[in-house]
Formats: sequence, C-alpha cells, structure tokens
Amino acid sequence: MEHLEVLKTYKIYVGGNFPRTESGRYYKVYDSEKELLANACLCSRKDVRNAVKTARGAFGGWKSRSAYNRGQILYRIAEMMESRRAEFESQLSKIGFTATEASADVNASIDRLIYYAGWTDKYQQVFGSVNPVASAHFNFSILDPTGVVGIFAPENSPLLGLVSVVAPVIAGGNTCVVLASEMYPLPSIIFAEVLNSSDVPGGVVNILTGKKEELAEHFSSHVDVNAMMYSDKLSAEMKKLIDENASTSVKRVIKKPVEDWYHEKAQDPYFIIDVQETKTTWHPVGF
Amino acid sequence: MSTSDFSVSTPIDQVSVEERVARLNKRSIKKESKVQALKLALSMMDLTTLEGKDSEGKVVQLCQKAKLPYAPMPDLPKVAAVCVYPTMVRTAKKHVKGSGIQVASVATAFPSGMAPLSVRIDDTKFAVDEGADEVDMVISRGAFLSGEYNLVFDEIAAIKEACGKAHLKVILETGELHTYENVRKASDIAMEAGGDFIKTSTGKISPAATQPVTLVMLEAIRDYYYRTGKMIGMKPAGGIRTAKQALQYLVLVKETLGAAWLNNEYFRFGASSLANDVLMQIVKQQTGQYQSADYFSVD
Amino acid sequence: MSNTTETKETPYKPTSPNSKLDFASIWEYAPAPESNDHVEIAERYELFIDGKFVKPSKGRYFKSTNPATKEEITEFAEATQADVDKAVKSARKAFNGEWSTLAPKTRGKYLYRIARMLQERAREFAVLESMDGGKPIRESRDVDVPLAAAHFFYYAGWADKLDYAFPGKKPEPIGVCGQIIPWNFPLLMLAWKIAPALACGNTVVLKPAETTSLTALKFAELVKDAGVPAGVVNIVTGAGQTGAEIVNHKDIDKVAFTGSTGVGKLIQKSLAGTDKKFTLELGGKGALIVFEDAPIDQAVEGIINAIFFNQGHVCCAGSRLLVQEGVVDLVVQKLKDRMETLIVGDPLDKNTDIGAINSGQQFDTINSFLEIGVEEGADVYQSKCSIPENGYFIRPTLLTNVAQSNRVVQEEIFGPVLTVQTFRTADEAIDKANNTPYGLAGGVWTDKGSKIFKVGAGLRSGVVWANTYNKFDPTSPFGGYKESGVGREGGLHGLAAYVNLKK
Repeated sequence: MEHLEVLKTYKIYVGGNFPRTESGRYYKVYDSEKELLANACLCSRKDVRNAVKTARGAFGGWKSRSAYNRGQILYRIAEMMESRRAEFESQLSKIGFTATEASADVNASIDRLIYYAGWTDKYQQVFGSVNPVASAHFNFSILDPTGVVGIFAPENSPLLGLVSVVAPVIAGGNTCVVLASEMYPLPSIIFAEVLNSSDVPGGVVNILTGKKEELAEHFSSHVDVNAMMYSDKLSAEMKKLIDENASTSVKRVIKKPVEDWYHEKAQDPYFIIDVQETKTTWHPVGF
Repeated sequence: MSTSDFSVSTPIDQVSVEERVARLNKRSIKKESKVQALKLALSMMDLTTLEGKDSEGKVVQLCQKAKLPYAPMPDLPKVAAVCVYPTMVRTAKKHVKGSGIQVASVATAFPSGMAPLSVRIDDTKFAVDEGADEVDMVISRGAFLSGEYNLVFDEIAAIKEACGKAHLKVILETGELHTYENVRKASDIAMEAGGDFIKTSTGKISPAATQPVTLVMLEAIRDYYYRTGKMIGMKPAGGIRTAKQALQYLVLVKETLGAAWLNNEYFRFGASSLANDVLMQIVKQQTGQYQSADYFSVD
Repeated sequence: MSNTTETKETPYKPTSPNSKLDFASIWEYAPAPESNDHVEIAERYELFIDGKFVKPSKGRYFKSTNPATKEEITEFAEATQADVDKAVKSARKAFNGEWSTLAPKTRGKYLYRIARMLQERAREFAVLESMDGGKPIRESRDVDVPLAAAHFFYYAGWADKLDYAFPGKKPEPIGVCGQIIPWNFPLLMLAWKIAPALACGNTVVLKPAETTSLTALKFAELVKDAGVPAGVVNIVTGAGQTGAEIVNHKDIDKVAFTGSTGVGKLIQKSLAGTDKKFTLELGGKGALIVFEDAPIDQAVEGIINAIFFNQGHVCCAGSRLLVQEGVVDLVVQKLKDRMETLIVGDPLDKNTDIGAINSGQQFDTINSFLEIGVEEGADVYQSKCSIPENGYFIRPTLLTNVAQSNRVVQEEIFGPVLTVQTFRTADEAIDKANNTPYGLAGGVWTDKGSKIFKVGAGLRSGVVWANTYNKFDPTSPFGGYKESGVGREGGLHGLAAYVNLKK
C-alpha cells in the first residue's frame, strides 16, 4: 500500500512546550535543491517576550541545581542525541551536508555536549579563587551565572554551532533564549525535541526561529535579558544596535567570532566564564 | 520557674535538620509494623473541617466518619478528635457524644488572629462554653516577627487561662515564621506560656506542616522535657495527605521523643483528607490489593 | 521521672537533663531486608589480567566470608609474584599501546561509560558490598555506590581538560600505577584510585583488600562490558604479600595506598631509593570540637555520623569528642539518647544503621581496645539495642572519663567507639585536637562563622568539617597531614597524584 508521508510541523520551543509563534506568521525553509522543506515559525516580539519570561522563571531553579546534576543532564542530552542521530543526519543531508559531513557534525555535537558536561563541576575550581587578603578575613570568589542569555546561533552551522553556544551557557547555570539559524532552523527544533526528553527543565533553553533583522531589536532591548551572545559577523548596523540597546541596562554583549566549529579552539571553558559574574565574599576569622 | 529570655535564640542548623529528616524518611516500614502504625495514625487524627462554608450537615457527617471511619471494618480505631470552628462545637459535641472522641475548636480569630486580645479571649471562652475539649489558638505572628516575644507569651498565657480545663494547642503558623530558629523560639514561648500542645499550622498558609519543622518542634519538646520533666504534645497540621507521610511523621516522633509520645494524648495529625488514604492502606495491607478511592466515603 | 542507668555518671550540672526518654518502643520496625535474589555470586573469582579472568599461577584460593553471618560466600584467587608480574606487564603493554594513543576525550568517554554502568547496576553493587563487607545497605546504596559512580563521572570530565588543571605545565601520565585499597569502602576506594589514574592516561594494577574483593571483581566485569581496552585495568586479589609484590615490582611507576599508617610506613620504606612516586592515605584520630554556642541537636547528629558511619571503619572518623565544659552533660545525654535509636544488625536490612564489623580480626581489635579503655579507667557506655547472635557486631560505644594520655584517645580504634573529653577555651580544643601524630580530619560545631575559620585554621588536618562530618564529594580533595598520609585524592588536587608535570 502506498504511504503518503506525514509532513512534520516544526514549532518553536518555549518553556518546555512546542507552541506556534504568537504572531501566526511563517517563513519558508528550503533544502539545498531549493525545494520547500517546511514552514518555520516567523517569531515576533511577543515570542521573545514569552521566551524571556519562561527563561527567567527557570533561572533560579537551574542555577541552584548541583553542578554534578547539571553535568549529568548535559551528558543525558548527548545520550539522547546519539540515539536520534539518524534524524539529525537526514536533516543535515537535506541542507547540503554529505553523509560523512552530517555524521561528523553529529559526532562533534555529541562530543561538545560531553565536553561541557565535564566542565560543570570544574570551572569553579579552575576559575574561582581564595584571595589572600591582608586582614583577618577569609575571602573567596566564586562564579555565579549572569542570568538570562539571549543567543544568536551561528547561521552556517545549524547543529554543531547551535550546540556549541548553548551548552556552555547552560553548563554554567544560565538559562537562554536562542534564535536558531535563520536559513537552516530545522535542526534546532530536532535539538529542542532532544532537550525536551533529556531531563532539562522546561524554560532553561528556549529556541525561536525567525529573522535576526527583526528580532535583534527585541532581544537586545529587553531589560530582563542579562547578556547577548553571538558568534557570526553581524552587519555594522545590527552590531551597533545591539550594543546601544544593551547599554540601557548594562547588558553584557559577548562576541565570540568562531570560523570553524570543528576546531578545538571552538570549545573552551571561557565560553562558560563569559556569562558568569564573580562574587566575592568576605568573612571574619576569629573567636 | 523564671521565664526565659526569648531574645536569645537557640541555634538551629538548617542543613543538618533537613539531612536528618531525609535520613529518617528512609526508614522502611513494612508488614505488621506498617499496619500497627497506620492504626496508630488513625487514632491520632484530628479530623478537621475549617471552611467558611461549613454547615451543621457537614459537621454531622464529619462526626460520623470520626466514629466509624470505615464501615466494613468496625474494629478500626476511632479518630482522636474532630476539629471545627467555635460555632460548630455544639453540633460536633452532640454527635460525638459517648464515643470518647474529643471536640477541638480553633479559636482566637482563627486563622489570622488579627483581632484584639479581648475578642480572642471571648472567642476562646465561647468555644469552651459550647463544650470544646481542646482549643487550637494561633499566635500573633506579626508581634513575634517584630520581636515582641513577651507579648506573644502573655497572650498565650491569657488564652490558656481562658481555656480553663480545655487543652490548649498553640498554632505557631510556621509557614510565616520562615526560619527554624523562629520555629524553635515560638515553640519555647508556647510551651513556657502553658500550651499543652504545639501545632505547626492553620492549614491556610503554605507551606503548612513540614517534616523538618516538625523535627525542630519535637526537639524543642525534648529539651523542655529534659529541663522540666513535663511532656508537651505535638500536632503537625496541614499538607499531610498520604499514609506514607503519616508514617514518616511517626518515625520522627519515635526516634526523637520515644515511646511515651506515640499515642493520641501527645501526638495528633491535623488533617482532612489523610484519613481515607490511611484507610486505603490498611485495607491494602489486609487484602493485598491496591485500593480505589471510590470505595471510601468522602465526608 | 529519672531512672537510674546501669553505668555510673557524673552528677548533673545545672544544664544537665533530669528526665529520661524511653526508646524501647511499643512500635518496632519489622525486618525490611533488601532482596538479594537478583545478584549472582560465583563460587570462585579469578584474577582479572589483560582483559581476561585468569587462574592464579599457584592455583591457590582463599575464602571470603560474610561478617554478618560468618558464612563463606565465595573464594578469591591468591595472586603471587608471577601473577602480579603478569598484571604489571599487561598494564605496561596497554600503557605503551592503545591507551596512550587514544584521544583524551575518548579516554574520558570510557570513564563516562563506567560511571553510567555503575549507576545502572547500582543496586547489585550495593547488595554485594553489604554482603561481603558488612556495611549497612542504606550506606552502600546511598553513599558508597553513588559516590563511586560520581567519582568516575567527575574524573571522566578531566581527561581532556588536564591542561587547565596545571597552568604553565604539561601534564603527562606516569605509567603503570600499583594501587592497594582497604576493606572499609571497597568499591568507593577503587573508584578513588582508578578514576583519576585512568583519566590522566595511566594504567593500573589494583589489589582490593582480602576480606572485601567481591565488588572489585564485579567491577572488572563491568570494565569488560564497557569495552575498556585490555590491560588498562588489572585486578589482582590476595593479602599483604600480594600487595608487597606490587609495591616492590620494578616496573611499577607509582604506588597508591590507602590503609593503616603502619603499612603505609612499610611501603614508604620499601620505596626508599627508587624513583617511584607514591601517595598514601592512612589512619586518623579525628577530633570533634563542639562549642557551647553550637546548634546542639545538629551537633549530636554530626557526632553520630562522625563515629558510627560505616561501623566507625573510617580513616577520617571523628573518634575523639571534645566538648566545651558548659554543655558536656547535655551533649552526652543527647548522644546517649540518640545512640538508643541506632539499629545494629543485618547489613541487608534497610533500617540498619550499624552493620557488622568487617572481620573477626577487627572485631577482636576493637574489643581489645575496649578492655584497654576499662583498664585505663574509662567509663564505658553502650546502647541497649539487641544485636544478632551470629556475626561480628559491636554496640555503639562511648568512653567517658578518659584523658589525652590514654591509648584509647591516642590510637586509632577503627570501630564504633567514641571517647569524650572536655575543654574550656578554643585554644585548648585546638591543642588537644592537634595533639596526635595523625592529621586527617576534624570537625567543628559552632553557630559562629568566624570561629569556624579560626579553629579550622588552627587544625593540622587535611579536612575540616564545620557543622557537618564525613561528607565526601568527587570535587573535594581528601587526604592527611603528618602520619595520616601524603597526597590528596579527589578534586582538582587529586589529579596531581597521577601526572608528571613537564614544562
């Protein structure tokens, strides 16, 4: 019997749910042969608002998870990704990856998750400090997550690039709102499905699809977003817009230019440290 | 005996208290010890209805349940008391008559306590005059949190006096006290001011009873007993809905205060929906089959 | 109200309680045994060398008993010189071969696999640990096994991050590590040894204690299941002689030992003149300092956990209680009441707090210390709980009326026995705490933060627990000053024991 394929609806990922965009708008996503792949949500300002709200709600709980627990959860994401690799590979193949490249991209993504899973309970040891102040005080500095991080995922590395920017942000206890690759948003939604089945609490990672040109303003002007992070080369105007909007609430803007996401330099603990605050405590020492 | 200086706090380490509770919760209660504990829990229950919409009809049904919790098993223990508003005391008293079940009444402008002391005293006297065997009062949390410990003490003492022969349970409303040290201090004040029981909560504030709070209160009772030889009762109330929770509370009592407190003279559960879960577990233990709520009366 | 007890007590001071609690309850917990029908114990276990289970060259085996029942449960192969040599050669081959050429992240991924498999098989390991060593299932289930898995998980992550642990240096593996572990935390000590060693790229020959080898051999099965290359992990069983063969083997690059200070000294001496590296985690006589401003009820919990955890078979056990004079009666009374609620018995019962003493030998040692205590004039208080007739069990014990010069205060008893002394000032407490050749761990209870740091700074010990005790975490370094050992295990610092640092 002939089977008519059931086409998948790709929705956004907000608060552990898969809603459609508030705006009801869509844009067309094509494969490498310029054939229609799917209709993606064209997110609006309200979607950003909703996602930031749920990210803020999830922040307190996520940052107070033990580092070990966050590590286990990141590892679990990698496990789930491994078990759904065929779907990722097939999706990547449609947008121009050869079979070998697709497999390598999934491998690298899994390894990257494991890399940051390993950092959750170590970056504090490497980058925190006990400070030998001259007075009778015990003084120490710990790293504390910055809060809600807005992320523009890399445009040309729709899976590995996405994983590479999300993993360090959540490894450090932040929550985030991610704008997926505009041209290739579909792997991000499969990744969201993996997240959703990986013990990651709803709201820790929120993934929107849509246009940077439209949403840069809303991401960067939202006062409850504590940091903005991107790695692509943005237009001079957008760069300035983000910087200027950020200044109204002293939002941290982290620009991490990465050309090659496969390279070992595309992963290091500084990706975590970028979205950490240093908190120093003074405590007297005496009877 | 001289009154303590309540401005001095007894230190309590939150982390250790919660670890202790977590450890006690790992006690595994099986077979005959489970049945015994479930029956004990049933006998310790203050079956409660404290709603604005309470009516005589509701209270009458509650009393029936109190006397005969589960008709197919008439030999099960009765509950310890029914707990109602002062205006319902007379009805309750009438319908538990001869059963040995006590009638407890909340009083003192329950649940907030936000009324002049004279009103709260009158409220108490009314409940006692209506026949209440036990009075559940609330402390002035506002006064407590602003450091007016002696005022809180004096008020409890005044209510105790108004109670006459009725037993006084002092509700600390621990959900509003925020720290275990405050819970400890309020417990000490309540015991020294003459409370016969200390009780966690009204059930109207979340969180209501918790096990760590209960442990801190049991330890306060223990210290008071060490000091004076006087046994004070304990009543966690609110939020205890399952038999499993009830057993965990009994473990806290057993391992903190010992055998003398494991009876309804010194330990009570304030609950409305706990009874049916305990009953379901008792039936499960006897039949080996998991039970359905449809077979237990909702009163 | 007050009853008299059989042991004599000092007259109560004003703080002293005058009422007794009764814990002999109308309501007792029914037995709640953890099922062991899902675990398999073979009739005998061979050596694990080069990825295979092999018979010992001399064909000798020794019995292993369950200390709770004195029943033999299995037997283990005795590794002699030839076997140890074979194990070391296999480890060397693996070190020079596949293991050293693996990408660090792949090494890490093997360790993650081990961690996950341990989590999956957690209940089996817990039951075996309790059957073989006598520890209560609550501890093997909630402490030993999950911590062992967590250790592998933690060090797995370090495998490809070592450069960050040693800024300015290039860490390299040492080579073949000989590891000898004790009987008190068999699987956990194995994890403490093997996880960092493998993460840093070494290969190992590990010898478990002869009374508790079972989980190590089960672990060997797990290593095989995880696909770890042959020879990376070798497990040889045997007694002290087997250990000596490892220590003295020429092709061992590093010795890691956890056990008694006596044996530790022998090992250090045997290694004299060689370039072998070594780390030692030895005995202790931890002091528990309780100030009068402490949260007393929680301090009592801490004390209970400090001395009765794992039957007191803990090198860092808090075995000397130092209480500020004003609260000593209250603390001792509360301690006694709390001890009455401790359940001593079947290690597999989920309600058991204190299981079986690990071996007949240790049982005798502890009892002889109790006799010494009595001779030295100590008052002995033991809880009134019932204990099983078979097997090696000792009730939780307090020794009061003891002095700093007593042997029971000076020497490590390694059992559920706590001595009680008093102090007046913080300085006096620190002096008494430090007045020992050991320096592994100590505890401080006070509500005052600054006092914690001041007393902590004064303690000459590798670990200071404040308002808690016997806490362990893979991220936290552990190890002793003075005769309690050299080197640290756990955390970033634990890596140093398994690397050579090149410029």
